[in-house]
Amino acid sequence: MPKDHGIGASPKRREDVRFLSGTGNYTDDINLRGQAYVHFLRSDVAHGRINGIDTAAAAAMPGVLRIFTGADFEGVGGLPCGWQVTDKHGQPMQEPGHPVLAQGKVRHVGDPIAAVVAETAAQARDAAEAIELDIEELPAVVDMKAALQEGAPKVHDDLTSNLCYDWGFVEENKGAVEEAFQKAAHVTTLELINNRLVANPMEPRVAVGDFNRASGDSTLYTTSQNPHVIRLLMGAFVLGIPEHKLRVVAPDVGGGFGTKIFHYAEEAFCTFAAKALNRPVKWTASRSEAFISDAHGRDHVTKIQLALDADNNFTALRTDTYANMGAYLSTFAPSVPTWLHGTLMAGNYRTPLIYVNVKAVFTNTVPVDAYRGAGRPEATYQLERVIDKAARELGVDPIALRRQNFITEFPYATPVAVEYDTGDYNATMDKLEEIGDLAGFAARRRESEARGMLRGLGVNCYIEACGIAPSNLVGQLGARAGLYESATVRVNATGGLVVMTGSHSHGQGHETSFPQVIAEMIGIDESMVEIVHGDTANTPMGMGTYGSRSLAVGGSAMVRATEKIIAKAKKIAAHLMEAAEADIELKDGAFSVAGTDKSVAWGDVCLAAYVPHNYPLEEIEPGLEETAFYDPSNFTYPAGAYACEVEVDPETGKVTIERFAAADDFGNVVNPMIVSGQVHGGLAQGIGQALLEGAVYDENGQLLNASYMDYAMPRASDVPFYTVDHSCVTPCTHNPLGVKGCGEAGAIGSPPAVVNAVVDALQSAGRDVTHIDMPLSPSRVWQAMHG
Amino acid sequence: MYNFEFERPASLADAVAALGAEEAQALGGGQTLIPTLKQRLASPAKLVSLTGIAEMQGVSAAGSSVTIGGATTHATVAAEAAGAYPALAALAGNIGDPAVRNRGTIGGSLANNDPSACYPAAALGSGATIVTNAREIAADDYFQGMFTTALDEGEIITEVRFPVPEAASYQKFEQPASRFALVGVFAAKYADGVRVAVTGASEEGVFRWSEAEAALNHDFRTDALMDLDINPANMIGDMHGSKAYRAHLVKVMTKRAVAAML
Ligand SMILES: Cc1cc2nc3c(=O)[nH]c(=O)nc-3n(C[C@H](O)[C@H](O)[C@H](O)COP(=O)(O)OP(=O)(O)OC[C@H]3O[C@@H](n4cnc5c(N)ncnc54)[C@H](O)[C@@H]3O)c2cc1C
Repeated sequence: MPKDHGIGASPKRREDVRFLSGTGNYTDDINLRGQAYVHFLRSDVAHGRINGIDTAAAAAMPGVLRIFTGADFEGVGGLPCGWQVTDKHGQPMQEPGHPVLAQGKVRHVGDPIAAVVAETAAQARDAAEAIELDIEELPAVVDMKAALQEGAPKVHDDLTSNLCYDWGFVEENKGAVEEAFQKAAHVTTLELINNRLVANPMEPRVAVGDFNRASGDSTLYTTSQNPHVIRLLMGAFVLGIPEHKLRVVAPDVGGGFGTKIFHYAEEAFCTFAAKALNRPVKWTASRSEAFISDAHGRDHVTKIQLALDADNNFTALRTDTYANMGAYLSTFAPSVPTWLHGTLMAGNYRTPLIYVNVKAVFTNTVPVDAYRGAGRPEATYQLERVIDKAARELGVDPIALRRQNFITEFPYATPVAVEYDTGDYNATMDKLEEIGDLAGFAARRRESEARGMLRGLGVNCYIEACGIAPSNLVGQLGARAGLYESATVRVNATGGLVVMTGSHSHGQGHETSFPQVIAEMIGIDESMVEIVHGDTANTPMGMGTYGSRSLAVGGSAMVRATEKIIAKAKKIAAHLMEAAEADIELKDGAFSVAGTDKSVAWGDVCLAAYVPHNYPLEEIEPGLEETAFYDPSNFTYPAGAYACEVEVDPETGKVTIERFAAADDFGNVVNPMIVSGQVHGGLAQGIGQALLEGAVYDENGQLLNASYMDYAMPRASDVPFYTVDHSCVTPCTHNPLGVKGCGEAGAIGSPPAVVNAVVDALQSAGRDVTHIDMPLSPSRVWQAMHG
Repeated sequence: MYNFEFERPASLADAVAALGAEEAQALGGGQTLIPTLKQRLASPAKLVSLTGIAEMQGVSAAGSSVTIGGATTHATVAAEAAGAYPALAALAGNIGDPAVRNRGTIGGSLANNDPSACYPAAALGSGATIVTNAREIAADDYFQGMFTTALDEGEIITEVRFPVPEAASYQKFEQPASRFALVGVFAAKYADGVRVAVTGASEEGVFRWSEAEAALNHDFRTDALMDLDINPANMIGDMHGSKAYRAHLVKVMTKRAVAAML
């Protein structure tokens, strides 16, 4: 019998009532009295020198309150980068300035040049069109390798080159890796591109700045995954506002996928302008603006090599990647191709020697930063593709080759600096073979072939490091922030609870799953627990939601705070029942004295805490409210095995995904329905990357597919009915819930499965195709077949 | 969007009069024009909606032809032409999404003549007659290249007359993002011959593939197309497909259209 409440139950998501009935409260729903509107005039060239900005005519247009340019921000800081990577020579990365509004040069199409604040959004836009720009267009660099050539145009004149850093990991292993390659019985080499993606959350970014002249307090309402991080970055580094005078609210947020982690210029602008004008200032991005101002994801160009011995054991791996940073360093950009990517290169395998080189490059394109999976999809894709290629070259079964090289003993310290606590990769592979009916593939292939279609099966594994992250470790790696999480659990006098969490829910369902944990711990109904998040004014300092960290880190903080609550409540119960504290047991929402029939209900204990008439005031304080901060001791390592079956139309190259099975080990699962939903969404995004999506720049730095007319997002009909399973459980050993995180797995594990399947389909028809770069659009597949 | 005046006349005569004004423009379902205005790529002084004119609405079948009012939505054609001209109804029923089909009109689509739109292939492939407030224009004379037609300024498509073929089929290979036609082929078989119209593929907009027509007139089987190839030189090449790919798809889609008609 599935449970009907607590951990393991699947209650429907309570937040969906407001989301599905149009009663959510998104940032764009927030309208303040006297609000003005800002329109950003953005660069339409990728690289140019600003010789002049004439705002005189525009400033005289109807409704215009003020026009700001880069000059207005000379007195404030630029947008900070939250992570400093040290290169292979021990030098810090090159870190250019990132002004709120362009100063001196524009560096990508979409770079904001001027901001017009007016009474209405239309007036602001009208006036922006009347600004006269004198911009001298400069040659743009778009291609990463070209950007590193001698004499290439420099994105930042004050840097020595377009190289942000040249990172070697682990540099000391490099020689041993070379040696292993020389001794290898077989070496498989693969060059590939991990395509640049535009995150495209359903809700575009919005910011509303407000200033209270009486109190001197600033408030920013923004579409963010981490309001406290924005408060810290913007307050301390950009505008110089101390935290107690700055409130950041991220209300309902319609999807983030990473791109709403970062601190953006528009947020700082609205906060700054609200104070300068003493009026609330609002900005709502259009979809077109989102394409050229939201941080993009991925964009790696990689060469990977796998060395095997005569028995097909992996002996060494090396990989060279060019990682596009775009024109500026977005908040966490430097960490993505390094610590979130290089550390994952061992995958699920016992490869003893690994060397990762990453060159991060500035180009005249939109900044690139974390996008669902962030670094881990890039690692998984190249590793699982090269293994598949090796299996074909060696004529061995790709599943058998993987199984032969699986890590089977835990904890396992990889040669790339992380230690996996638990896992059972054979179990998830067994489960995959079962739920994906891999044994039935041959028959399904025959059936497809009878209809003139090619059928392919692609299988791969993945591991990810999430539950981000141990603060002391990431501090050593260059993070300029801690990555703990916080929770305050407030018990009300009549027994209901409110949890104020530093995690932020923008689609993940925390409002439903977090109460399940508390319900389980206390033995009460979930409906007695309410989750509050997204407002720095009423939640403890927290780091927000990304890296599948909410339940593993935020949930752990909530557990710790609830444990404190229970400990205190037991003291009160002991007093009420005149028993020893050690004898008090909590079960099904009641405290009892072991071995007696004495008991007192949860609600009576709570009431006693707030109406402390009969209460040991000399020993414990009244009230029942506790805060905990939880800093994990390790990452968590969800892992799994995925299988994709495709049909390829040999006449047109069109790929259809016929079946997709995912067997994941997420550790313990609190709400299986929500977890399935997270996997479904991740798979859709991974399939989107594999088949449909990909930002295309021309050589002048124009984004050619900056709208849905040309940028293909996955639709319902592009994805199959998934078979997902998360019954293989090896609980995480180091957090109190034994959970690992599930938010990114689908997007990490699915692209190689799709590409492996298409290659398999083409090879089944005797086509000598070993690789196709994503997205595998019909034209690319056809081209590969007829190449 | 810039400001504009708005009129919604109830008769064709009033519409023609309203369109006589300086910088006035007709508005059908707005599925192309409104996004253009929102991007500030056009700034008409006045929009004249054609959706309130009863005589421009609806589908009627008489004898061997189907007549569709110029302001009839794709959804209405999909529903009401299904009996009289199933291939045309199926084409209309697969344009865009439900919202687009419930607003977009046949007149708007033909006036716009997007090189990737579906209706131009049906009109040309059927040898339809485009009827305006001023004259009748044969489809063969109407389409004059991408986004270009024989319409004069202010001229309104009031109805489109389709001769009903013995058999017809529209095969659309969708562009992955917009789901307009990357290549679409409308083939129709009439007593006096086969017509094959191709959309999505050519830099010159919708066109008739006369070699295919000749081959099929000679022998109406897919094999008749075997030795034909279309010259890629004038095909569209972009991120969604090269010229050669589009040329290849023209043949594949034509074959599929013929197969569907057999
Ligand atoms: C998301 C989306 C997907 C789409 N997918 C497809 C698709 O798959 N296939 C396809 O073919 N189309 C597609 N379309 C386009 C759609 O079919 C539109 O309906 C069509 O392009 C324009 O018709 P409309 O009535 O909306 O015209 P409007 O946008 O109102 O007008 C378009 C132009 O035609 C003029 N005009 C309008 N009516 C008349 C008339 N009766 N006489 C003379 N001039 C007139 C207007 O002045 C304007 O210049 C899609 C559109 C969208 C938004």
